[in-house]
Amino acid sequence: MLHLKKGASLALALGLIAGAAHAEVRTIKYYSDYDPIPLAAMQALIADFEAQHPDIKVELQNFDHEGYKTAIRNFLTTDSPDLANWYAGNRMAPFVKSGQFMDVSDVWKDNNLDQSLASAMPSMTIDGKQWGVPYTYYQWGIYYNKSAYAEAGAKVPTNWDEFIANCELFKAKGIDCLTTGTSALWPAAGIFDYLDLRTNGYDYHMKLTSGEIPWTDDGVRKVFAEWAKLVPYTTANAAALDWQDAAALFVQGKAANYVMGNFAVGVFKQGGMTNDTLGFMPFPTINPDVVRAEEAPTDTVHIPAGAKDPADAKVFLAYIASAEAQTKWNAAVGQLPINSAATVDEADPFLKAGFDLLSSTKGGIAQFFDRDAPAEMAKIGMEGFQEFMIYPDHLDAILTRLEAARQRIYKQ
Amino acid sequence: MFPRPIQQSTPATRVIYQIALPVALFLWLFPLLGVAMTSVRPASDLAQGNYFGMPSYFAWHNYVEIFQNSPIGRYIFNSFKVTIPTVIGTVALSCMTGFALGIYRFRGNLLIFFLFVAGNFVPFQILMVPVRDLTFGMGLYNTTAGLALFHIAFQTGFCTLFMRNFIAALPRELIEAARVEGVAEWRIFWYIVVPLMRPAIAALSVLVFTFIWNDFFWATVLTTSASTQPVTAGLSSLNGQWIAAWQLVSAGSIIAALPPVAMFFLMQRHFIAGLTLGAVK
Amino acid sequence: MTLAMSEPEPPQKSWWRSNQQRATPWLFLAPGMFMFGLYVIYPIIASFRLSFFKYDGLGTKVWLGLANYQELFSDPAFKTSLYNNVLWLILYLLAVPLGLGIAIFLNQTVRGIRIYKSLFFFPFVISQVVVGLIFSWFYAPNFGLLYSVIEFFTGKGVAILADPVLATYGIIAAGLWPQIAYCMILYLTGLNNVAPDQIEAARLDGAKGLKMLWYVILPQLRPATFIAVVVTVIGALRSFDLVSIMTKGGPFGSTRVLSYYMYEQALSEYGYRMGYGAAIAVVLFAIMMVFISGFIWKMVRDERGNR
Repeated sequence: MLHLKKGASLALALGLIAGAAHAEVRTIKYYSDYDPIPLAAMQALIADFEAQHPDIKVELQNFDHEGYKTAIRNFLTTDSPDLANWYAGNRMAPFVKSGQFMDVSDVWKDNNLDQSLASAMPSMTIDGKQWGVPYTYYQWGIYYNKSAYAEAGAKVPTNWDEFIANCELFKAKGIDCLTTGTSALWPAAGIFDYLDLRTNGYDYHMKLTSGEIPWTDDGVRKVFAEWAKLVPYTTANAAALDWQDAAALFVQGKAANYVMGNFAVGVFKQGGMTNDTLGFMPFPTINPDVVRAEEAPTDTVHIPAGAKDPADAKVFLAYIASAEAQTKWNAAVGQLPINSAATVDEADPFLKAGFDLLSSTKGGIAQFFDRDAPAEMAKIGMEGFQEFMIYPDHLDAILTRLEAARQRIYKQ
Repeated sequence: MFPRPIQQSTPATRVIYQIALPVALFLWLFPLLGVAMTSVRPASDLAQGNYFGMPSYFAWHNYVEIFQNSPIGRYIFNSFKVTIPTVIGTVALSCMTGFALGIYRFRGNLLIFFLFVAGNFVPFQILMVPVRDLTFGMGLYNTTAGLALFHIAFQTGFCTLFMRNFIAALPRELIEAARVEGVAEWRIFWYIVVPLMRPAIAALSVLVFTFIWNDFFWATVLTTSASTQPVTAGLSSLNGQWIAAWQLVSAGSIIAALPPVAMFFLMQRHFIAGLTLGAVK
Repeated sequence: MTLAMSEPEPPQKSWWRSNQQRATPWLFLAPGMFMFGLYVIYPIIASFRLSFFKYDGLGTKVWLGLANYQELFSDPAFKTSLYNNVLWLILYLLAVPLGLGIAIFLNQTVRGIRIYKSLFFFPFVISQVVVGLIFSWFYAPNFGLLYSVIEFFTGKGVAILADPVLATYGIIAAGLWPQIAYCMILYLTGLNNVAPDQIEAARLDGAKGLKMLWYVILPQLRPATFIAVVVTVIGALRSFDLVSIMTKGGPFGSTRVLSYYMYEQALSEYGYRMGYGAAIAVVLFAIMMVFISGFIWKMVRDERGNR
């Protein structure tokens, strides 16, 4: 029995040492949905945070971007982390309303975020309270391959008609005028949003996504009429491609234009493009009478209601809100910080273009189709867009289906 | 259409058969070979469009990379944490149920037996919501234990079918003789029946190991985080993060497939014996 | 086969002894039955009940009556899923004749045939997740192996998974790969036990080709065929993994099957519709029950015949 006792006391002693060490360092769990580039940026940020706060350890667990969207409700209602990535606006509303995100208004007050994050405050506020912290946004627009333009002898278009006219030039050279990958559905929504913003304007688009305009409306039909012009020039088989697959076609010069968000620049450059071969243009004007509006989704971090250590999570949230953290993360990823004191790399033409574009927008800034519309409507809508790109002649059936969905979903 | 043994046919036929075999096998495993090749292709080959030629060099570092930059090691560990307790639990439970149903005749014997058999074939979806609620209620949601418990219960259906038929075919004289000697029933089970069941236990262990290792549905329903997810669910998640990085997806696929494949080649006889039970009369 | 309990009890045996024999099977059954009841039988009943409710997994359940089922019948996604399930069932059964074909091809005794058999079988051992990834790569537009082969011969590649009509066939083909291997191994085992003298006799009678197969071989392979059909039907109705990995039900929902659609509804981002999901599961269960009953009916008949 003696040696057993000895062993037990040794284990006890070890336990005490380990316990003492653990008492100093508390661990918070953070669930994220990053692609490789932003993931590396966040890991760097966490390292900085842990250096500043030696008593807090952030355990980051990354999910795949698409899988996360179905995983989040699951883990929020069962086994919550202390921090979780999500999106601003309507996309966060269901989690706020069902009490799964924590009210973090105190973080905003204590750190004067109503000043530094003022621009995104409305999209984070529900019932007069703030439910998370925004840390980045990015413009959408058209990225183009300058070599492909040169090869086809096309000029950068200044309006929609020129854009469509160029498509014939690209076609003659066997280049796709527009590429996209709709396997995950949302890239198609970027095209739809811009066509709607340019055809009907911001107010109409917002009414459509909030269910106040029927999908069978003439305005919607006008949007699809414009889209129909583009469909024959769009990469075939887009439905089986992810956006990264389409990016490869774009990088290789097999496609000339790509309606995308600025986060894609990192992937384009990894594929070998440079500031000399990659170009950016705002989505061209369709109806000159419509005031220019843009699309710029905001990404956010939240504390789930079931967080085990909300106090430390709030410390991290305040850090993510800081100018220092936002400058660093966004510089690494090629996106724009929300914090007004954060700096943007002026030498990066895409960041500068995005910043200028968004700060001069008169018409309004939309989040994105799947963030402005309720998630269920967004999914059915984006499936409709995907179907339209394969079968443009199914339009009537698609719109009837979307309208039926609108009447069911917004009623609830 | 039952070919004569090849030895009885003409030499020409024999040569054709000997050539046809490897060709057919090559075509049959074509997609798999492609993935195996892709797993040792450097990323630069894929970027330059060298999808099918010889890799410019063998990029074994793809395998190193997935272990370094993703939790795949953890996923594999989790798979073992689910699979091994399930194998032990299922074999234990089904030895007992098989013994009860195979040896004794009592009212309800057939009914219970067919309940086990039928339950084994139900679609998973009809169990999904209640099992998820149940696991959550027990505080075992998102744990390997919660996943293993469900697997033990569900696999008991199939294994009872297997064990019961095996035990029913054992020579009864041994058991009768023991009873005449006055040996207690549980001793009959432990000292007479279990030793005779060794081949069945071996076959079931290999089969259950493979089934559970390859389970994807329950892994996605009952676990959510990398610290608990088995490799099937993990690979699906990594596939979403490694989009267009086919060399990594391929290497991950090969790694995830290895344990059951190794199990199969090591225990082939038991595996096939288990799988084809009932295919001959 | 004689059983202890069926014989008249000799009077000298003690009461305890006979009681022990009565109690033992129940004691041995108890743990297994408890687990199976808790995790299989009870959930089936609970799912049936749930299908009459609206339930988001958190709050209270709201009684809806048959509303979930009514919604099913006007739901185009449900119709697509049901149609695809039928397609799966029919095409998946091709695994049985194809498995038989390969088994007959491999049923020779030449050098190394054992290794050939193992390697032909080996797709079955791989997880469906991996099979799905392998075939996603095989079908991938622009650089996939199949796409390139088709492009080489016709000048224009076909992206199977981007085509709403072809995608389901593509997934079924991926599913057939391991399933054929499974059926093959069942038949190989069956062929081992085919009586050679009967074949010789049939040959002497002039039986050849398909006639030989149909009248002499297949009747002897009946048990193997039975199991092959059962596991293939069950496999077809359980098709979840491949759909989830290869297309997530897309393009625009055209590859959904009931099992995937149920999961999608019950655990989707925009609010759990567990009651509606349960209703889908009940339909799937009803379809499966048709086959399970047939299977059980045959087994009961065999059992009775044996005793």
